[in-house]
Amino acid sequence: MPVETSLNIAVLVSVGQHPVSGRARRADQDARAVELGLTLAGRSLSLVHVGDAGEPALRQYLGMGLRTMTVLQEAPEADAASSLLQYFATHPADIVLAGVQAERGEASGLLPYLLAERLGWPLVPRIAQIRAIENGRAEVLQALPRGQRRALTVPLPFIATVDSAAPGARQTAFGPGQRGLFDIQRGLAQADVARAEWVEAQARPRPKRLNVVKAKSAAERFKAATAKPQGQGGQVMKQESSREKAQAIFDLLVAEGVIRQ
Amino acid sequence: MMLDWLLPALLAAALGLLFAGALRRIRLWRRGRPEPVAFLAGLAAMPRRYLVDLHHVVERDRYMSNTHVATAGGFVLSMLLIVPVHLFGLESRWLNLALLLATLLMFCGAVFVFLRRRHPPARLSRGPWMRLPKNLLVFSASFFVLTLLTSGLLPEGFGGWVLSILLAAGVALGLAEMLFGMGWGGPMKHAFAGALHLAFHRRPERFGGGRSTGLKPVDLEAPTLGVAKPEDFTWNQLLGFDACVQCGRCEAVCPAYAAGQPLNPKKLIQDMVVGLSGGSDARYAGSPYPGVEPGNASGAPHQPIVDGLLSAETLWSCTTCRACVEECPMMIEHVDAIVDMRRFLTLEKGETPNKGAEVLDNLIATDNPGGFAPDSRMNWAADLNLPLMAEVGRAEVLFWVSDGCFDMRSQRILRAFVKILKAAQVDFAVLGNEECDSGDLARRLGDDATFQSLARNNIAVLNRYRFERIVTTDPHAFHVLKNEYGDFYPEGKGGDYEVLHHSTFINGLVRDGRLQLKAHKGGTVTYHDPCYLGRYNGEYEAPRALLNALNIELSEMERSGYRSRCCGGGGGAPITDVPGERRIADMRVEDARAVQADLIAVACQQCTAMLEGVVEPRPQIKDLAELVADALVEEVHEPRKAAMSQEQP
Repeated sequence: MPVETSLNIAVLVSVGQHPVSGRARRADQDARAVELGLTLAGRSLSLVHVGDAGEPALRQYLGMGLRTMTVLQEAPEADAASSLLQYFATHPADIVLAGVQAERGEASGLLPYLLAERLGWPLVPRIAQIRAIENGRAEVLQALPRGQRRALTVPLPFIATVDSAAPGARQTAFGPGQRGLFDIQRGLAQADVARAEWVEAQARPRPKRLNVVKAKSAAERFKAATAKPQGQGGQVMKQESSREKAQAIFDLLVAEGVIRQ
Repeated sequence: MMLDWLLPALLAAALGLLFAGALRRIRLWRRGRPEPVAFLAGLAAMPRRYLVDLHHVVERDRYMSNTHVATAGGFVLSMLLIVPVHLFGLESRWLNLALLLATLLMFCGAVFVFLRRRHPPARLSRGPWMRLPKNLLVFSASFFVLTLLTSGLLPEGFGGWVLSILLAAGVALGLAEMLFGMGWGGPMKHAFAGALHLAFHRRPERFGGGRSTGLKPVDLEAPTLGVAKPEDFTWNQLLGFDACVQCGRCEAVCPAYAAGQPLNPKKLIQDMVVGLSGGSDARYAGSPYPGVEPGNASGAPHQPIVDGLLSAETLWSCTTCRACVEECPMMIEHVDAIVDMRRFLTLEKGETPNKGAEVLDNLIATDNPGGFAPDSRMNWAADLNLPLMAEVGRAEVLFWVSDGCFDMRSQRILRAFVKILKAAQVDFAVLGNEECDSGDLARRLGDDATFQSLARNNIAVLNRYRFERIVTTDPHAFHVLKNEYGDFYPEGKGGDYEVLHHSTFINGLVRDGRLQLKAHKGGTVTYHDPCYLGRYNGEYEAPRALLNALNIELSEMERSGYRSRCCGGGGGAPITDVPGERRIADMRVEDARAVQADLIAVACQQCTAMLEGVVEPRPQIKDLAELVADALVEEVHEPRKAAMSQEQP
């Protein structure tokens, strides 16, 4: 893979939650992002976490073969996005990788978008692979449902979220994990105002709609079980001009009520 | 006469070279990590360890044992007498006579060594070892004739200068092999290194009929965890490798070797010798690792072992069945060395192959290798109404359920055991969701950090309750609880209970008359000794007594008892799954077919899984608990009567 060696690649990592036991662990998608970063940048990869350096699960990322990790020390209720924004103002990066969404906490998946918006960088959601980085442009593969991929070319710098379709993370080794160092920096300690207003409640299990099996053959049942729902309607526009494409998107956003005129 | 000055000179030179070589060798061993040993006590105990413990193992091959007694005994006696007689020229008829007898004894022994070496079995190394019997003969014959001459038993001038030259050549050749070779890495090195190895053995408990099989804990604060380079072994481990005589008994019993996986315990130890002394394996003249061309391995004390001396696959092929250790006449600890190297791969490199990483992640996150919900440990017993320790607080017996609770086949064993416990009205309880995996798998996969954390969790739980003994159906959990948790009890707290395998426990119940058993019906039965019950814990009798109580006359397989062949399921081998030419479990079932067994009685759920994985038609596989539960004479219990009377109206 042709990669320029002088690239600064940073991965945002969070504390994950095991789906069965609920214990803290390295988050799966974040770990895949670290794996992707390690294949691109090796040990010069930088990891950034906003939160508490005392969390033992963070050492699982260091155990993947990194000597240090930057921790922006923050209380759980602080706004991670503004701390990261400040961090990247002083520590420029060419590529920032992150998981699609966190495994605990708000887990809205919005953080990369907020960061991209405020940094003014493009965001590529759900990538599976970075194929090459040449002349300030990266060729990335975006993961689509049912194993499909979309090749994109993005100018540096950019933010990408890493899909579960990306290669699995390497094993974490205990020894290097324990010996790894945290570069602890103070975060902005800016309270997340929007979140403070929210009322949190236990999620209630909702009744599930019964799935009436209409399939007649095994192949149909298999397809029904494995297919991800595909978007209904829509249109593919390739030949049209940029203006026409933009207009189509705009019309859709208006029709969906995202933009109110 | 020429010999008058030449002989003492040769002797002095040979002894000097031996001394220099020995010092060099000692320096090589001392490059290993420090480990305290009882220095003087070890040296003092050495003769007994050699004459009793080591010969107990050697005696399994009667021919070789007698041969070795004659040859080695003759040699040691000869050397003790040669120094005063021929080096210092002490003239005494009695000394001469004794020396004549000693060399004669050695010669007789050497003849048998020679006969064995005419058509050596494949397990024996050739190369320099093929010349050893000839040199033994030359040494003993030369000194015999020489002593005849110097003692005046032969007429003056007998044989003339021809004999003198022949004798001089013989003595030189003999001394070169026996003394120079001993110090400088020849076959006779085993005598020197072996004696010290016995004195400074890392498991002195093994001598005097004892048993020491638990792995030693890793200091998790150390700068590197596990063994990366030969110098990361402790010094007495390095010394132990050097004691190897390349007899290949380990090779002959190794299940991985027989399955064509790239492991040969003998070659592994020889590779470690290459590592500690530096060089390559080009001079190794024994069987290679199956499928690996020999001659390409090289190493040095400060160079990485994996991918220099051997490949990681070699280390992951081991099932930790301990057959090699049991069989080794030099009492070398192969399994310790392999696990030490695995520890480096897992804890430092994060390179546990195949499903290893996944299993370790599961153990960390869910306390069981399968990744099942930790609060579902009791689902298997939903209908059994088992007393929970958390509720009763104390019981006579703590039933350690083990991870078998998640496996449907193992659940049948567990349910059978519960039926037996209830039939014998044993006061027992289980830990339920408080139990964690014993840590056996994590430890054999080299992850001592996860093992230690699981062990500490389990110990904390165990210390909360009062019970007299732990009983488990899983020999792996049994071994770990009994032999490996001892290192992790917080100062003087806990551990004051017996740990029993269910075969021992049920046998006790039968002996006490607490179980009424019918005779087993069916064809020929054979019994497969689980490694972790037999070789690791010496329990060969109870399962057989129990089968006897079922009126079963065992048809023993050729490899049973301490020589039992592994099922292939230990040491995380099914997880790392190194490809071979055959499957170990297939070979084990083949052993059972050879004795026309219709049923293989087992005492381990891992063995059950492995042997049942062999394609049909094959003998049935049943755990001892299942056999006993099937043979229970059921008394009509009160609750059942009540149920029946309810149905009647």
